[in-house]
Formats: sequence, structure tokens, C-alpha cells
Amino acid sequence: MSETSPEKNKGLPENALSGDYKYGFESSVEVDALPKGLDEETVARLSAKKGEPEFMLLWRLNAFHHWQNMGEPHWANFEYPPIDYQDIRYYSAPKKRGGAQSLEEVDPEVVKTFERLGIPLSEQKRLSGVAVDAVFDSVSVGTTHQKELEKMGIIFCPISEAFHKCPEIVRKYLGSVVPFNDNFFAALNSAVFTDGSFCYIPPGVRCPVELSTYFRINAKETGQFERTLIIADKGAYVSYLEGCTAPMRDENQLHAAVVELVALEDAEIKYSTVQNWYAGDKDGKGGIYNFVTKRGKCAGARSKISWTQVEAGSAITWKYPSCVLLGDHSVGEFYSVALTNNKMQADTGTKMIHIGRNTTSTIVSKGISSDGSNNNYRGLVKIMATAENARNFSQCDSMLIGNDCQANTFPSIEVRNNSATLEHEATTSRISAEQVFYLQSRGLDKEEAISLLINGFCREVFKTLPLEFSVEAVRLLEMKLEGSVG
Amino acid sequence: MLNVKDLHASVDGTAILKGLNLSVRAGEVHAIMGPNGSGKSTLSKIIAGNPQYSVDKGAVEYEGSTGTIDLLSLEPEERAREGVFLAFQYPVEVPGVQTALFLRAAYNAVCRHHGVEEMDPIDFDVFLHEKMKMLDMDDKFIDRAVNVDFSGGEKKRNEILQMAVLNPRLAILDETDSGLDIDSMKIVSAGVNKLRNRRNAMVVITHYQRLLNYIKPDIVHIFCQGRIVKSGGPELALEVEERGYDWLMK
Repeated sequence: MSETSPEKNKGLPENALSGDYKYGFESSVEVDALPKGLDEETVARLSAKKGEPEFMLLWRLNAFHHWQNMGEPHWANFEYPPIDYQDIRYYSAPKKRGGAQSLEEVDPEVVKTFERLGIPLSEQKRLSGVAVDAVFDSVSVGTTHQKELEKMGIIFCPISEAFHKCPEIVRKYLGSVVPFNDNFFAALNSAVFTDGSFCYIPPGVRCPVELSTYFRINAKETGQFERTLIIADKGAYVSYLEGCTAPMRDENQLHAAVVELVALEDAEIKYSTVQNWYAGDKDGKGGIYNFVTKRGKCAGARSKISWTQVEAGSAITWKYPSCVLLGDHSVGEFYSVALTNNKMQADTGTKMIHIGRNTTSTIVSKGISSDGSNNNYRGLVKIMATAENARNFSQCDSMLIGNDCQANTFPSIEVRNNSATLEHEATTSRISAEQVFYLQSRGLDKEEAISLLINGFCREVFKTLPLEFSVEAVRLLEMKLEGSVG
Repeated sequence: MLNVKDLHASVDGTAILKGLNLSVRAGEVHAIMGPNGSGKSTLSKIIAGNPQYSVDKGAVEYEGSTGTIDLLSLEPEERAREGVFLAFQYPVEVPGVQTALFLRAAYNAVCRHHGVEEMDPIDFDVFLHEKMKMLDMDDKFIDRAVNVDFSGGEKKRNEILQMAVLNPRLAILDETDSGLDIDSMKIVSAGVNKLRNRRNAMVVITHYQRLLNYIKPDIVHIFCQGRIVKSGGPELALEVEERGYDWLMK
């Protein structure tokens, strides 16, 4: 694909998504890193490096102690060799100052890396319709558009900075949706997270640009543990994009992130992800292990949280972006396309927890598996006794390409209130030779035919993405599937 | 325009066509009739390039944009771009793919092949609506996914709409009349007749002489066991309607 000019590029990094994996390069950057291994001291040193307030250190240590007593969960439908948590580096940051106030203080190699990924950070070149927080290994290296957003009262900065900027907000909401002891990977993240994005939209403000975070893992044998916290105050609106890539390596690397969203009364948060971590080679060697906890709380009445994800990378994906529908009339949505090829394994889905009255949730999941991959949808719709007149609609469609792949769906439903209305639809299909021939006989070549079919299959999900993002998502799937259909 | 020479073809190892010869010139309409299993549809699929059918012997020559070409050496999409069109007997459902989008993608694929400028969505919308009017089709039709939840008649009409959009040089209509009520058949036939001109040719496969009252053929062929056993004028179709096929099968 050709280079794009930043002015034209409104959505997230166009380049970030395409590929026969073209983000596999490694940058040579001087780093400030902690030695491998994890103990209390590691946690304390991490916290000290960030100059965190004391409550954070205590919170982290608490999480660490819980984590020590928790077991890695193994209920997901995939297999991987044991992870040695002492063989991972928990902190690696480009030298000079992280969380940089000015870009001059950032290693030019890092700035160049992001430019290569299609994400210019300098004021002159930055993307126009989107504010970006760029996270490189353990730290945020630059956030664009901060000043303009501040004028509207919007805080968008690395989370490490937020501890100093607005400690009371962070303290109030951090862990309020995903507690530090929520699960094994969330506890690990709580103990060792080093950066991530923080975003606060004040009451009644509609954020005028897309906010986005771009995650890049660069250092070897280093895990990335970022934490994102987004709060939309009463009547506020924000659309948030997340993208990610990593170098190609033979060893597996761990990514264990936590994302927490809080929507107060009448607020709306739209969170879109295009995940393109390195997925390993065709024999399954290397790739990112992606164990992520994402959850949003519709805390106020009539609030809305919408997750859209296009999962096309990682050797392993373990991810269930969920909504807790606490406020009356609140709305939760989950739109997902998960594509697996080669030896990729994905176990992904959502949880919709209905607590408030008249709460509504929608789940649309599209799984595409090809080659020898394994693609699972796992979902839970839970209607609590208090959730009068709750409604859910779920649709889980799987598409198989070739004969060696697997697709499974594990939908669960728990209903404790009789007034609930639930609908569930599921289909499994193949791209048939007849369909391909039919389209070919109208002048489309095989690739165009398959692209049209995949596009059609994912349409309901793609149409929820910001426009440029959706064009790129389509291209990403096409590239991934090239050569898969016989 | 089309020259089928001593064609032998099979599907899954069963021989279907056994030495077929057929010659179609520009401006002509040929009708093919014959009992079930005589190889009528097989011929249409081979001309369109369906990979499930294998050619064992013989040749198919076609007058393309650059002179005579060996049709069998082309991929299905290349044949389509060269002006070969098959109206499917059983049109295939394509979930999620909007009909208008599909038609424009197909139209532009043909434009690219001939080095002609592609049509943008707005111009195409106008162009498409003209064609739809000709076939008395509802506006909502093109917003629906291709053939999904279409009635039998709608599917067949959609095939003729595609034909109108792509304006082929050689069109093969494989039992386009089956499943159509009399009113739909009149509309579809009128549409087909409007597309007829001196530069293109049509091969109409049908079980019923009735269709040929609306689409008047120049030549009628009777298929039997993978061969043409008799050819004649339109009166041959009437004779077959009256007497059946038995007398031709000896």
C-alpha cells in the first residue's frame, strides 16, 4: 500500500491495519528497563518510577498478593505452553522521559517508529480528525491534540500523568469496573500496569474528534500491561479507537491489558478496536498472547456503551468486552468480527449483565476461521432479578473456510426475571463454490468475489465502525484471507 | 459468434455431452429443448466455465473483442468480461451483499477489462433504475441482499436485470421461464426482446414452447442424450409440444 498523507488520513492509521504482516519490524531504541521477574520489589520500583501517589502503591501490592494466590484460568477452548511469569520483563521504556510533555524529549527512533506505522506525533504532521495517545512498550510517548481538548474540559493523557493531573477522579474510578482481583490477568495487570490512556469527558460535552490509543510492543521478552480508563460524565459522548501491532518474533509475548469504561447518566461511549498483533507464522511459531479484560459500566440512567472489535491478530486471543447495565434504560452493544487463520486460536465474546430496569443489549458476533485455526465465541447474557423488562438480541454467525479449521459458540443465558425478552440466532456457513462461481460468472475475479462475500458476512459489524476504519478493516481481512480459499 | 465443435463433457465421471456441435451467429436466437438429463444445462455451464464440469474432448470457439478465442482456456470471470452471460436456472443466494453494490462491482469489472472508465455510484444508480424500469422492478429490490429471500420469479427477474446491466454479446438463458407466472414471463420476455439486437446472440433453454411465443427463436434444436438430434425453425418447437420427444429418440 502507498504512503498516505496525514491530512487525508482521518481514521486511525491506515497502515496500521493492512497486511501481510508488515509491522514486523523492530526499532533500535535505547531503553530503561527493569530486570526480568516479578516480586514485591518489582511492583514497588514500577510505582516509584512513575512517582505515583501512595494509594496506588498499596493498590498494586494488594493486587499482587491476590494474584500470587490465583491460578491462571484454563477454561477457554485453546491450548498453549505454560507461561513463565518470572521470565518476563515488566518494564521497558525508551530512554529520555516517558509521558513526554514535548516531543523533543522523545527518542527520535520512537517517533520514527510511529511514523512508519502511519501515526505522526509531531504537531505539524499529526492526524487531523483524531487525537492519538501513542504507547511504546511500557510507556506513553506522546499524546496529540491535548491542548485543544483541554479547552473543552476534556482530559486525554497517559494514565501515569492522570495520577498527578486529577488524582481524585482516577482514585474514584480506577478498579471500579474491573476490580484488582477480578481475574488472574486483571490482577496481574493491576500490579504491574505501566501506562495506558486516560480520558475524562465533562458533563454535556460531545468530544469533537475521535480519541485513540495506539499500542506498540517493541522490546524483546517484555510484556505489555496497559490500562485504559475512560469516563463519560453526564450527557457526554466520546468515540474511542484502539489499534495495535508488534514486531515478528519467534518467542511468544504476553499482552495483558485492562480497559474500564464508565458512562454516567445519558452518556455514551463508543469503543472500537482493530487488533492486529503479530499472530505467529503459518506453523504457529511466535505471536502475541492477548489476555485482555475489557468492561464498561453503564452507571447512569439512559447511558450507552458500544464495543466494536475487529480481531485479526494474536496467536491467542482471550477477550470478552462486556457491559454492566446498571442504570435504568441503559444500552449495551457488542459488535465483533474475529478472524483466525494459520494456527491462531481465539476465544472471544462478551457478557451483558442486566441490573437496571428496561435495559437493552445487542450482541452481533461474526467469526471467520480458515486454515488450521480455532475460533470460539463465548457469551453470557445475565438478567438479574432487578432488571424489569430487560431485552437482549444475540446473533452469532460463523463462517468456515477450508476443512481443517474449527468454529464453536458457547452462548450462556441466565435469567432471574420473567419479564425479560431474549432472542438468539446462530448460523454456520461456508463460502460455497457455487457462490464464488456465480460472482465470477458476472466478471468478478476470485479475490473480488471472496472479498464481497466476507464483506457481506461482516456488514452489520463494519457499519458500526468509523468509515475509514471500516475500509481498512475490510482490507485487513482480505489480506489475511488471501490464498485461503481454494 | 459461438462455435461448439464435437464437445464431450462429464460431471463426476458421468459423460453428459457426447459429441455436440452447435453454431450460433450474431443477431440469432437459438432455442434448445429436450428431455430432462439430455445435457441442455450442462452445455450452459460449460460455456460459462463452471469448474465442476470437465471437458473431455472438443472445442468451443467464441468471437471475443480481439477476434476468435478458445473460450475453454479462459477463467469464468474472463469469459464474463468478454461478453458471455449465463442466466442461471437456480440463481445463487449471496447473503449480506447488497444487489446494487454487486451489480456495480460486476459492471465496473467489465469496464476495467475493456479499459473504459468505471461508473461512479450516482451515475450507476440512474443507469440501474432505467434497467429496472424496463423489467418493471420495485425500487427496494436492489437494496436487498442478492437473491436472499427472493421469490422464484424475483430471482429470475434479477438474472435478466444483470443481463441488462452487463449487456452481453452472448447470453444463455437456462430455463429462465420455469417458476414464472404468465405475467412475469411476459415482462421478462419483453425485457429480453429489448436487449436483442444484430450484434448479440442468445441461446434460450426451455422445456416449454410457450416461452417461444414471446421470445421468437430463429432456430430450434432438440437435445437428446448429449447431442442435437434435430434442428429446425420455430415450427419444430410446436411439433415437439404436440408429439413429445419419443419420435426423435430412435
